[in-house]
Amino acid sequence: MAAAPLGTLRECREALDEGRTSSAALVEQSLARAEAHAELRLFVRLRAERARAEAQAADARRASGERRSPLDGIPLAVKDNLVRAGEETTCASRILAGFVSPYTSGVMERLEAAGAISIGTTNMDEFAMGSSTEHSVYGPSRNPWDPARTPGGSSGGSAAAVAAGIVPLAIGSDTGGSIRQPACFCGVVGVKPTYGRVSRWGLVAFASSLDQVGGFGRSAEDAAHLLDAISGHDPRDSTSIPEPAPRCADALDGDVAGLVVGLPREYYGDGIEPGVQGAVREACAQLERAGAKLREVSLPYAEYAVATYYLIATAEASSNLARYDGVRYGHRAQGAHTLSEMYRRTRSEGFGAEVKRRILLGTYVLSAGYYDAYYRKAQQVRTLIRRDFEQAFRGCDVIATPTMPETAFRLGERTEDPLRMYLSDIYTVSANLAGIPGVSLPCGFSQGMPVGLQLLGPPLEEARLLRVADAYQRTTAHHRARPPETQ
Amino acid sequence: MSAAPHPVYEVVIGLEVHAQLRTRSKLFSPAPVTYGAEPNHAVHPICLALPGVLPVLNGRAVELAIRVALASRCHVQPQSVFARKNYFYPDLPKGYQISQYEEPLATGGWLDVRMPDENGGARRVRLTRIHMEEDAGKSIHDAAIAGDATHVDLNRAGVALLEIVSEPDLRSPAEAAAYLRALRSLLRYVDASDADMERGNFRCDANISLRRHGESKLGTRTELKNLNSFRFVEAALEAEILRQAGILDAGGKVVQATLQFDPASGRTRILRLKENADDYRYFPDPDLVPLLLSDAQIERVRAGLPELADARCERFQREHGLAEDDARLLCESRALADFFEAAASRHGDGASLANWIRRDVLHALAEHGLEIEQAKLAPAALADLVKRVREGGVTAQSARALVPELVNKGGDPLRLIQERGLEAVSDTGALEAAVDAVLREHAGHVERLRAGEEKVRNFLIGQVMKRTGGKADPAALRRVLAQRLGESGS
Repeated sequence: MAAAPLGTLRECREALDEGRTSSAALVEQSLARAEAHAELRLFVRLRAERARAEAQAADARRASGERRSPLDGIPLAVKDNLVRAGEETTCASRILAGFVSPYTSGVMERLEAAGAISIGTTNMDEFAMGSSTEHSVYGPSRNPWDPARTPGGSSGGSAAAVAAGIVPLAIGSDTGGSIRQPACFCGVVGVKPTYGRVSRWGLVAFASSLDQVGGFGRSAEDAAHLLDAISGHDPRDSTSIPEPAPRCADALDGDVAGLVVGLPREYYGDGIEPGVQGAVREACAQLERAGAKLREVSLPYAEYAVATYYLIATAEASSNLARYDGVRYGHRAQGAHTLSEMYRRTRSEGFGAEVKRRILLGTYVLSAGYYDAYYRKAQQVRTLIRRDFEQAFRGCDVIATPTMPETAFRLGERTEDPLRMYLSDIYTVSANLAGIPGVSLPCGFSQGMPVGLQLLGPPLEEARLLRVADAYQRTTAHHRARPPETQ
Repeated sequence: MSAAPHPVYEVVIGLEVHAQLRTRSKLFSPAPVTYGAEPNHAVHPICLALPGVLPVLNGRAVELAIRVALASRCHVQPQSVFARKNYFYPDLPKGYQISQYEEPLATGGWLDVRMPDENGGARRVRLTRIHMEEDAGKSIHDAAIAGDATHVDLNRAGVALLEIVSEPDLRSPAEAAAYLRALRSLLRYVDASDADMERGNFRCDANISLRRHGESKLGTRTELKNLNSFRFVEAALEAEILRQAGILDAGGKVVQATLQFDPASGRTRILRLKENADDYRYFPDPDLVPLLLSDAQIERVRAGLPELADARCERFQREHGLAEDDARLLCESRALADFFEAAASRHGDGASLANWIRRDVLHALAEHGLEIEQAKLAPAALADLVKRVREGGVTAQSARALVPELVNKGGDPLRLIQERGLEAVSDTGALEAAVDAVLREHAGHVERLRAGEEKVRNFLIGQVMKRTGGKADPAALRRVLAQRLGESGS
């Protein structure tokens, strides 16, 4: 069968409900399309046999009138940093080559309970460190809109798999923009929930105080259903929020009348590509036409966000990645004669350049004599950035910004210039530092590449963000645009 | 080991004790806490540090830690923070140990310790801090097991420890040992730890420095690691005093270092110098939230504390009329105090029970290297035995001879007395025959007694006891002896 793109969750759902298709057929279509787009290198592993068996089970459930959730029987893709019992998880790193987890992550448990079917794990920057999915032991992923360009990162495989119509939904993780940035570059919706909204149990850690699992869909509505499936308290994660998560999908009423949209003046200065600036301004104008009010707000500490982020994220990463020592699992260098030689060679061989760079940086900022100047100072600035948002949200309901100051760059263009790569995270890292939710949604094109609008909200207000995104999508068509080769 | 103070230098010691908390599961993992299990069988993905795992704090460990803090009059902090101590070692699976650093669970506090050199008086040893942390696993370098390789057993990795840090208030190895005994007693009193050095769940590091008597500035200190028996603690500190004094005597300077005691040579050996110390890169563990304790939570734990040694000691003096020394001795161990109370509740007469425990039971325990918890002797059995002595049914001498057996094997003392014919001989006929025989044999002594040499009487009584196998009822014996010597009126 020709590998036609899959529809949205809603379209798949309706086709299933009306008996026009089956989970088995959807999964076959997904798998075929993933194979047909192998050159984009979006998947690191397909779980074809398991997915087929799960699809049969889902079809049997449907035949008996049982429906676990709106995601029951729907194929999706999962980033390669969430463990699942009996299956390999590598974080796109050589150091975890062959690692098979004996336990399942909280997110995968919830997706299994919802009846969703993972067709495979997606490519990413090694240990989620990067903005281009180029730092992968499996090689770089490519953007379906232009295979010479990056899909963004670190959840590039997941974002691009949704954009390419391989799956209607995908799971990613966002530490400094790793969901929103690739969503922006690939023209799909990406949601980074409030810190603590989604369980981190079984998410391979990059930076514990910033990491959060979220998802991708082609519409805000689809993304809301996915978020509803994975949200909720998990006692195995001490930073998980105990309160029950309200359902986002129920909040999408299309109404933004009277809603105040804050535009941070610090985010609309120089350095934004004109096409991006124009598309984001037009999106805000569209919200205004729908009844929302635009108001300028200020985030005075925004200029320190990138520096603060890279101090905290690398410090935590240097400690989180210490466990990959070759002693218990994963890669171990052969032929070492001493313990320190085993450590040195294992980690030298096992980690890629970007991960090493961040471990070194993080080790440095935590070192005696530097801790106060770097790590402690960064924590203090983090508090100020959080207060910036508290202050701003007293004057507005949501904040709207460009997700990225540019569109997807060319593969290889930035790999030799890590600092430039870091600086492009300027609009996304603050949400992680403040622990607040963020959504990126497509809002047009600049020179043929998708542009992303970022909406930020107060803690636990994912539903509000998705309501605004959904309202925008009810009156616009940017999210229906498909990459040229998939039209 | 000499308890005399050093003639030239004052010894200054502070101790860091690691006590294993008595929890069923580990500090941050549901893996069971076991002793002697198959290597790597008491583990869980969390204590193996598999990718994606997260720690969850064990509430029972927190409660036990608060108990110790309250019992030692520490201030329990309303907020404490778990931090990561980063270093690489194969038995440290995460590459960091979760401990408490800048914000510990409790600060301040003290123990009143009876010091050996101060005529039995108590001295206050201040505590700097008490905090919780997780244990590491074990690296096994034994060639017989591992050959050239090192094997790692992670059963112990993640087990809950309490670290109790004292101020440098101890002035001799003997004082250090006395403090450790007092601390062990307190940990056991509040059920927080088995505090058993042999099993490694009560471990001690010592900081020690010397200064000339009268000097107020502290000398350069060294740290002695892993002193894992009371004997080692004293021996290691004595050895380190000798080493430091030797350096100072020769006009040298003590260098800040970490040392290890080698029991075979009886000497301390430098492991590493301070300047080569690891940089542990401590920072708050972002996987855990600060531990917040309300006054109400702390007071709930306080309400659940058992009666502590000092209060119990006072009560024993008041309620049972014990001498202070006896009361203190009994209360040093909660188990011993419990034993005494159980025995005293049966027949009363606490003072004489205390006597029996101190003189006979503790002696028998020491002979066999047992703790009271391990003894087969039931409190009721001791109470019955002592009561029978008081009633004259058995002599103290016969009863005493039964104690080691009761401690070792248990049993009903009254039945043992009967079965072995140990009942006291108070039958006048039998006593008269024995006395007469002794008086005939020792005519010379009888002469001396009659001449007024009263101490000879005890000799004669002893001879009669010997003849009756120690079963003669002492009061009856004295009466018969006086009668046969023609002393009494009747």
